[in-house]
Amino acid sequence: MSTPIVRVSDVSKKFNIHKDKNLKERVVNAGRSRKHAEEFWALKDISFELEAGKTLGLIGHNGSGKSTLLKIIGGILTPNTGYVERRGRLAALLELGAGFHGDLTGRENVYLNASILGLSRKQTEMYFDEIVDFSGIEQFIDTQVKFYSSGMYVRLAFSVAVHVDPEILLIDEVLAVGDEPFQKKCLDKIRAFQRDGRTIVFVTHGLDVVRALCDRAIMLDKGKMAIDGTPTDVLRAFRDQYSVEALPEAERGDKRIEIGEVLVQDAAGVERNRFVPGDNLCIDIELEAHEQTDDWNVGIAIFNKDDILVYGTNTHVQLMTLAPFSPGRKHVRFAFDDIALTESQYYCTVAVHPTNGPEYHRVERKAAFRVYTASHDEGLLYLTPKIEVLDT
Amino acid sequence: MSTQTPIRPTADEPNSHVHGEAWVEQLPMQRVHSHQSFFRGFGGTVKEIWQYRQLLGQLTRKELKVKYKDSVLGFLWTLIRPLLQLLVYSIAVGGFLGNSRSIPEFGVYLFTGLLCWTFFTDIIGGCTGSIVSNAGLVKKVYFPREMFPLSVVGAAAINFLLQCLVLIGAYAWNRQWPHPDNFLLIPLGLLVVVLFGTALGLLLAASNVYLRDVQYLVEVSLLFWFWMTPIVYAWTQVRDKLAANYDWLLQIYLANPMCDVVLAFQKALWPGGRLTIYNKDATTGQLVPVHGSEHIYTGNLYGRLGILIGVCLVLLWLAQRIFARAQGNFAQEL
Repeated sequence: MSTPIVRVSDVSKKFNIHKDKNLKERVVNAGRSRKHAEEFWALKDISFELEAGKTLGLIGHNGSGKSTLLKIIGGILTPNTGYVERRGRLAALLELGAGFHGDLTGRENVYLNASILGLSRKQTEMYFDEIVDFSGIEQFIDTQVKFYSSGMYVRLAFSVAVHVDPEILLIDEVLAVGDEPFQKKCLDKIRAFQRDGRTIVFVTHGLDVVRALCDRAIMLDKGKMAIDGTPTDVLRAFRDQYSVEALPEAERGDKRIEIGEVLVQDAAGVERNRFVPGDNLCIDIELEAHEQTDDWNVGIAIFNKDDILVYGTNTHVQLMTLAPFSPGRKHVRFAFDDIALTESQYYCTVAVHPTNGPEYHRVERKAAFRVYTASHDEGLLYLTPKIEVLDT
Repeated sequence: MSTQTPIRPTADEPNSHVHGEAWVEQLPMQRVHSHQSFFRGFGGTVKEIWQYRQLLGQLTRKELKVKYKDSVLGFLWTLIRPLLQLLVYSIAVGGFLGNSRSIPEFGVYLFTGLLCWTFFTDIIGGCTGSIVSNAGLVKKVYFPREMFPLSVVGAAAINFLLQCLVLIGAYAWNRQWPHPDNFLLIPLGLLVVVLFGTALGLLLAASNVYLRDVQYLVEVSLLFWFWMTPIVYAWTQVRDKLAANYDWLLQIYLANPMCDVVLAFQKALWPGGRLTIYNKDATTGQLVPVHGSEHIYTGNLYGRLGILIGVCLVLLWLAQRIFARAQGNFAQEL
């Protein structure tokens, strides 16, 4: 049986947006402000239970309420309705750093923070060397933290949070600040936390972190819970939100031959933008020549969501010689059998060009399609391994 | 599952427990501050603050440290400021305006009043900015927000004790010691200052988060309040002006809690009340006696302070409830 460690029940949080802060403005706007005070629901009816030992990732767009939810779990904001229940000690790293007071030195802040989190002075003394060691800022421990760089600040904050022996750790987008060796150290520590059976709640825009670390993910959208499930399902849904429509970006060339519509189709020639490995895929490019052109080639390049080139080719490298193009229209089709790609969004860049010299016309990300896979492989290529275990 | 209750690791064996289900299961499920009804919840907060008492000590220490950080004289400023005030009022009010001729041991008289007044202004002034100046903590970690104003009260109390040393020094210098007859007034007076100051401080701290004008308003009001309290003059001077025709105004004047506290302090701690000084009359050249006892408040100060304590307790309860209402939004207003 699993034990809930955090229970969020019907939590809603309303913000009033008013910009007038001083007395004069308040008085001047007294009559109107009540009527015109804008209400904004940062969270609406959020309920979920988190089991002990699980790692939860909260994802969503900017302003979807992730950080607000984390603050409510941490007790820093009070919800307008509903409540949060939790067990045990909680350490939080919210928006760049724990609660440090700029005028105190690093050492004093460590003691202050540890006692906020419920450690006695004696316990803090015991952990102190470890905390400083982990943070790697021994040199500056007796400097006021207002003189710290943001990296040093986060290092110390993270170090305190993970050394005070919490049952629950809340992390809001802090890992992005440290340098790479420290990030690695943090991730190792987080994994160690997971092995200990501690509970972690993450807010991050780094979707790969969610995939790598979390057992569960919740997607928030405009303050509402959109999806709650395994990281893979939630990430898929999250990416699905961005439409599969491509957004043609850069365009260049003299348009001697102009690229018209570019369609992604299946084997039957029906337009479609969702595929699974093994499907046949065809990219249909419409071209219009404005003048007689003898030397022309057509090329495509397929990029994945991280803008990594997955595949590129053109008629020239395929050793094709195309017949001269008289003014008029043509279609060029690139057909692929059995696409072996991992799950991602893919973009297609198209160009028409002479064998040598500047392109006639090139459009970046002209078309897009998406591949879904049943297994959740990493990398670019969808291979189908056969795995066996042999006794020697 | 074992029936033994797991115990959080002691200092000797950190992290020795496994954070498994069995461990978590026995931890109580606690509600993170949900909406409380207005009339209940005071007791809960008091209990919570008690749990955090160790932190309160740390915050008080922090408050004192931060106040005089980066200053060479540091703590000495605690003493320099009231001593300078003492000097200025002695010269201006005592000398130029001639109050030292009608009030024996005018310096000590001034200082007894300044002592509790400084305590009060330290609390009020400090509390007003306490949430705003600790924004870094308020936005990141949770513990009862009342701790910030309370730590200011703690820091002010320590300053108060230090300044008492000056008063004792003055007694030794003058070889005049106060009579212990009325010493009971001191704890009563201090209780009024602490309760009244904390109640007002909680309200001001919360309102300053929403309206930054409050801190300036407080500054101005304290100046006004200072002159409406018999610190640099005797209350008898007010009485003589008002008693004949405007007794109700005098009653309002005396209803100021700080007025009662200052009168109580003077009664208990000002040895001049037992002394008589002789001033030379300018025209006749004769010596005219002035009795310090005339300036001691004759009414029932114990009763007045007792009532004030009762009123301040109600005020404190009310202030805490308003504070509790407001504090849910501190983190987003800062």
